[in-house]
Amino acid sequence: MPYAFIAALLMALVTYLPRVLPIAAFRKEIKSTYIKSFLQYVPYAVLGALTFPDIINSTNNYSTAMFGTAVALILAYMEKSLFVVALGAILTVYVTGLFL
Amino acid sequence: MNRGQSKMNDFVYGFRKGIPILLGYIPVAFTFGLMAVSGGLPPLMAVFISLSNLTSAGQFAGTNLIIQSAGYLEIALTTFVINIRYMLMSLSLSQKIDPKITLCQRLIFGFGITDETFSVASMEKGRLSYFYMLGLIAGPIFGWSFGTALGAFTSSALPESLSNAMGIALFAMFIAIIVPPAKKSKPVLMIVLISVAINLALKYIPIFSFISSGFGIIISTILGAGIGAAIWPVKEENTILKEE
Repeated sequence: MPYAFIAALLMALVTYLPRVLPIAAFRKEIKSTYIKSFLQYVPYAVLGALTFPDIINSTNNYSTAMFGTAVALILAYMEKSLFVVALGAILTVYVTGLFL
Repeated sequence: MNRGQSKMNDFVYGFRKGIPILLGYIPVAFTFGLMAVSGGLPPLMAVFISLSNLTSAGQFAGTNLIIQSAGYLEIALTTFVINIRYMLMSLSLSQKIDPKITLCQRLIFGFGITDETFSVASMEKGRLSYFYMLGLIAGPIFGWSFGTALGAFTSSALPESLSNAMGIALFAMFIAIIVPPAKKSKPVLMIVLISVAINLALKYIPIFSFISSGFGIIISTILGAGIGAAIWPVKEENTILKEE
């Protein structure tokens, strides 16, 4: 399966480089407020776009996904750990799936 | 103090800080293993991807594109843009680590920078040692690979209702990462909403249907963070991230 292997290596490379280039090579501080702000906001923008609307299609059933999303939002708002939020959402989808 | 002793202490301290991340990764990585294998990849390929990529969003998106037989350029670009956020984290950590950490050591522990390890590391007081960073990333690396292997090798044994339910795990983890800062910072909340709105528009407005979902994420991210940075420039260093 050379296609998948090459693609996985490419993915590993473009994941590793952004992680190490700044910490290995960049010793100075970025001066531009705009670029600094942009970089600080990127995680939230990307995770938001990755989550919505795809979360609604993540379980093969819109209704259970809605319940799971609601529970995840509530648990996250209460600042629960990753494990609790992920497990709470999975269980909600599973349990509501038994009825819907 | 004995130097070897303090290295060990730093490692153990870091490792303990990584345990909640390890636990959180298992259900999400399990889902990744399931998704990759049900999409037709061999289980070992799924584990290889988790070991070599050690990232959630990027490898989910990239692996989905592999399953759809997308081109190398789209796979690499999509994964790269999703991972641009690591540059900020890496940059931010470069100010926080012990300056004596060598280039080689930076190249090693840098591999383990994720949304979650970064959040934990950036909340520590004082300079971060190399052995602290190694300890911190060790558990999450194990949890991510182990969870993937569990999911990849049990995918056929799992009832469909449960594997469908696990599809939400990754997104729930993202929600767990973005909601607490969005609760405290209006700009963060607005940027998430702008980015989501653009993503929805690209997805559902027919004239944009030529844009693939990978490029849609790229455009939403750049516009969301770009508009946000113009309207709400951050004056002080890392104020948002400290709140995480």
